[in-house]
Amino acid sequence: MSAESHPAQPEGNHARRFTAIWLIASLIATPLVIFVLGPELPPGNGSDVASGQVTDNTVLLAMATPVLLLVVIYLLYAIIVFRQPAGAALEGPAVRGDTKIQTTWIVVTSILVLSLAAYGTVRLEQGYGAGSGSGPKPLTVPKGPKLEVQVIAQQWAFTYRYPGYGGVETTHLVLPVDQTVELHVTSIDAIHSFWAYQLGVKADANPGVDNVAFFRPTTEQIFEVHCAELCGIWHGAMFDHGRIVSAPAFALWIREQQIRFAPATKVLEPYAKTYSPEPTRRAH
Amino acid sequence: MSQSGKRILGVGAAVVLTCALIGLYVSSWATSMPPTVAATPVLGAGGGTQLTLETVPSIGPNYSPTHPSWVSYLIRQNGKWIHSTIFKVRANSIVHVTLYQYDSASGLRNPFLSQVQGTVGGTATIDGKTVNSIPPEEASHTFVIPEMGVFVPLPGIPEGAKTPCEFAPCEGADHRTVSFSFRTGKKGRYRWQCFVPCAAGTIAGFGGPMQTLGYMDGFIDVV
Repeated sequence: MSAESHPAQPEGNHARRFTAIWLIASLIATPLVIFVLGPELPPGNGSDVASGQVTDNTVLLAMATPVLLLVVIYLLYAIIVFRQPAGAALEGPAVRGDTKIQTTWIVVTSILVLSLAAYGTVRLEQGYGAGSGSGPKPLTVPKGPKLEVQVIAQQWAFTYRYPGYGGVETTHLVLPVDQTVELHVTSIDAIHSFWAYQLGVKADANPGVDNVAFFRPTTEQIFEVHCAELCGIWHGAMFDHGRIVSAPAFALWIREQQIRFAPATKVLEPYAKTYSPEPTRRAH
Repeated sequence: MSQSGKRILGVGAAVVLTCALIGLYVSSWATSMPPTVAATPVLGAGGGTQLTLETVPSIGPNYSPTHPSWVSYLIRQNGKWIHSTIFKVRANSIVHVTLYQYDSASGLRNPFLSQVQGTVGGTATIDGKTVNSIPPEEASHTFVIPEMGVFVPLPGIPEGAKTPCEFAPCEGADHRTVSFSFRTGKKGRYRWQCFVPCAAGTIAGFGGPMQTLGYMDGFIDVV
């Protein structure tokens, strides 16, 4: 169909006008995403890895913003400028492809995707797993002293063991602020997933597997603990609140737990990275 | 109406009817709940309410024709054992629990739960003896309200018991008597459960009655 039905404007003008609109929109929106929206992105700044995730989310969103604008502005531009006149039923001109545009699109998106993959890999290892479980032998381990805490998942509750404090086990997770934590996550029955959202920590809890995650809480706070793996009828009830407290408050709390749970500590199995899912007697 | 039109209408009606029946079945299954049984008020100085419960190795055909072999809890009200695990108690009050345990030991998967926690005095009375824990391998079931911090392990009857219970109600059979008290807080619905993998023949001992409301888990409605 002829081009008479469309605005009588050379194609080059459309390209220039569209590019200008997109560039301006991107130059305005991208800094807004970085500096206004970025700091508000999840999961917040409850720990070093959580802050790192905020940065990563900001980078991803900032890189996605021009791409999103490209698509949205193109659609809007086409809807407005190439709108079919009222009462007419005309076909647009045949689109036969444009090698230059196609090549540019493939090259640019490939660069974007590959650079994001490289960024993600570097960030994952720079951040010692970035709050995720890195398996029993993490590739990178933070230097300095670490508080070792074990998360034991079972249907349907998490309990926590502190091997540095006589292997005492507790029903709630309490940690000192500004102390690197080496979390060992395991399960004694089905597959679970330990997720402390505000701390940016999420690690699968599998029976017979020691899944290690590192993080350092940076503020005193109350955080949520969820199970993030559908694990049975009470999966939704595997929810608790943990606390990040000052070092003296933690010392006091752990001492109280050692006294309170002394009878249970006596009969606990020696601290190990994993435990047999078999109960002390088989199900009858 | 043409022949093919009638055929399409017939097929359409059959599909709608089938979907409706499936929907009714699923919704009735998903919303079916055991009855809520109120704890018995305790008269006297201490006040509070009394829950009298029992745990049985098999619920039996009288209470559960579909799953007679499933392990279960029951509650006694007005002298009758009722198959329910939804109990109603008062807010900010003391709840006295007497539990008749008729099942044999399975053992705890996590020995940590062998300690009594969250009860008045941090203890329970088992066959007249006050304890703060039991050997983990002797646990048959637990009565645990995680959100209230109440953890009570229930020991099994001895191996080779002379008169083990076959089906509920088990009165007269060998049993352990466990009693304890706990205090309720604010109003709300709190779930409780058994933590012993006692569902014989199911995956990890945690299928069947462990995953079905009315057997080894339920709610405490604090009102």
